Amino acid sequence: MDSEMTLNEILSNFNDKSRDNLIPILQEEQRHRGFISREAIIQIGTALNLPVSKIYGVASFYNQFRFNAPGKHYIQICRGTACHVKGSARVLDSLLTDMSVKAGETTRDKMFSIEVVACVGACSLAPVIVVDNEFHANVTSAKMSSIVSKLRKEEK
Amino acid sequence: MIELTINNKKVTASENEMLLSVIRREGFHVPTLCHVEGLTPTGACRLCVVEIEGIRGLVPSCAYPVRNGMVVQTHSNRLIEARKTIIELLLGTHPDDCLYCTRRDTCELLGLAEELGVRERRYKKQPQIPKIDVSSPALMRDPAKCILCGRCVRVCEEIQGVGAIDFIGRGSNCVVGTAFNEGLNISSCVNCGQCITACPTGALVEQKHIKRVLQALNDPSKTVTVQHAPAVSVTLGEMFNLPSGTDVQGIMISALREIGFDQVFDTSFSADLTIMEEASELVHRIQNSGKLPMMTSCSPAWVKFVETFYPQFLPNLSTCKSPMQMLGAVTKTWWAQKNNIPRENIYNVAVMPCTAKKFEATRPEMGDLTPDIDAVLTTRELYELIRMKGIRMTELVPQFNDNPFGQRSTAGKLFGATGGVMEAAVRTAYWLITGKNLETPVIPEVRDLAGVKEAHIEIDGLKIGVAVASGLANARKILDDIALGRSDIQFVEIMSCPGGCIGGGGQPYGTDLDAVRSRMQSLYKIDRDETVRFSHENESIKNLYTEFLGKPLGHESHRLLHTDYYKRTVMK
Repeated sequence: MDSEMTLNEILSNFNDKSRDNLIPILQEEQRHRGFISREAIIQIGTALNLPVSKIYGVASFYNQFRFNAPGKHYIQICRGTACHVKGSARVLDSLLTDMSVKAGETTRDKMFSIEVVACVGACSLAPVIVVDNEFHANVTSAKMSSIVSKLRKEEK
Repeated sequence: MIELTINNKKVTASENEMLLSVIRREGFHVPTLCHVEGLTPTGACRLCVVEIEGIRGLVPSCAYPVRNGMVVQTHSNRLIEARKTIIELLLGTHPDDCLYCTRRDTCELLGLAEELGVRERRYKKQPQIPKIDVSSPALMRDPAKCILCGRCVRVCEEIQGVGAIDFIGRGSNCVVGTAFNEGLNISSCVNCGQCITACPTGALVEQKHIKRVLQALNDPSKTVTVQHAPAVSVTLGEMFNLPSGTDVQGIMISALREIGFDQVFDTSFSADLTIMEEASELVHRIQNSGKLPMMTSCSPAWVKFVETFYPQFLPNLSTCKSPMQMLGAVTKTWWAQKNNIPRENIYNVAVMPCTAKKFEATRPEMGDLTPDIDAVLTTRELYELIRMKGIRMTELVPQFNDNPFGQRSTAGKLFGATGGVMEAAVRTAYWLITGKNLETPVIPEVRDLAGVKEAHIEIDGLKIGVAVASGLANARKILDDIALGRSDIQFVEIMSCPGGCIGGGGQPYGTDLDAVRSRMQSLYKIDRDETVRFSHENESIKNLYTEFLGKPLGHESHRLLHTDYYKRTVMK
């Protein structure tokens, strides 16, 4: 996530304010802010003269776009075939229950964002989770909660 | 000129035509669920697939341009099987509650399942039960019944220029929804209901008011009045299998009395009242260099559209309430006093071709602590109510409206069609300025179904440019012109729905342009055949001004018949 560049500045970098540039603009915005906010969607809609429903429709089509401000720690849970076979659904379930969020959301204390990903390409380690770009192999619900509580402790 | 063969029949077509339209013109019935004439073809439902010689796969004919020498099959066994499978797959996630569905008799999905002989559930997926969106005062959305044909999405964007909804998410998680999948009430939806008439299933319906009307009718302390909009009497007959455009006003009034309404009033009467106020306002604005062009304000979806998308034009909107609200206001004040009925004991029901009227009735400024209009029934709901009460429409003896709000001029009746308000207003404006009546009251340029119409009229040396649009995407064209500085237009009439109220969102399901045309002709016939053609010659209107209102734009008028508008800040 690179900060500093406002959406106004991003938009001014696109001379052609047509819908062809919608996805590049969304990608830039996410690169700088980490997510696509409600305000950003309105502003992009005004700039491109597109209804907000259309922009949300396009953005929600792609997995790469997020609509919640990212938390301090970014947890990706792999739900690819190998991880699924090795029980990643249970890991995901217990994590979501523990955090009381849905996949794609950020916890209320802004500590964790949880994302489901299709495959991280480390099938031999299944089930895999990636916490802040660090891979954890053979994850169980118990292992998951110890990773989380360790991160929580570090914050205190 | 292109020549091709469809089912062994040699036919011709013009270049760039889509295969489906040729097939249909030649009388072959190929089903579709996503196709709407005039809108972008998307090939989403794939029911219109055909076989073309030399092409291996099946081809969606709605989005396939004709080519010379094509040999097309529309009903081979392979095609029928494919179509049947498509319907079976759609039914795989569709709820099984057809018995309770309001679209039971009109559902296109159910119709096709029947047509293609679907007799068992071959596919079954545990459907996720999404929440029904009941947030809007006018519409309800049940995503479980949605088959993702996208008709509503295209109508909302292409016909209405609103784009409140779109496809959200992807694959099996795809739904039709607003931005961030929130309630329609906080979206840019203008409640026009065109999505309802476009929807092939029961995924989109109006907020029903039948129950509250029945409750009021059963309450002995309530005097229940009903008013019927100009477009309703020329539409309702269709639902009872009469030819489209038949004017059933007389028997409809009888039916309303049989249902139990104490007073039957005519919204065309208050359309005349609107014209008295609106034409006076126009003349006043022209003579006192007020804000021009003045824009009509009787279509509540249009009013919300301006409030949402073009707030800079709010001062251009006529301050006149719509005919429905004017009648509601006068009924609960003057008429109530005259008949010694306390305001709270009057229950005003309006039968409208419109869903946005349900929203308009809830606007806080449309009442005096309690709303002026208590319930709004669409034409479809009136049909339901008539059936529920076991009334045999076609066996009824025609009756007349109740006075003092039962007489109308034909000008008021014309409100039902696009251009009608314009004609009616010009007739009375001419009289206000010159003291004489127009010799030929018809303005042919503003008649018929074109989306944008213009005319230049001369009144006593004064040149007035008028523009008429129906369908809000067409309204955008006029507004954008004016915003860019166009100044030869002094009066603009906008109806939100294509064709005006006769094509409204509360009218029979399906967008049948031929039927809309017949309804329009019926209104023109009434205008041609009857004698009172000017709002200012309506005796009941004159009487109302003498006894109560004084004069147009007077003190009482301002209190009861005029209103204000607000800029709306919603995500748009």
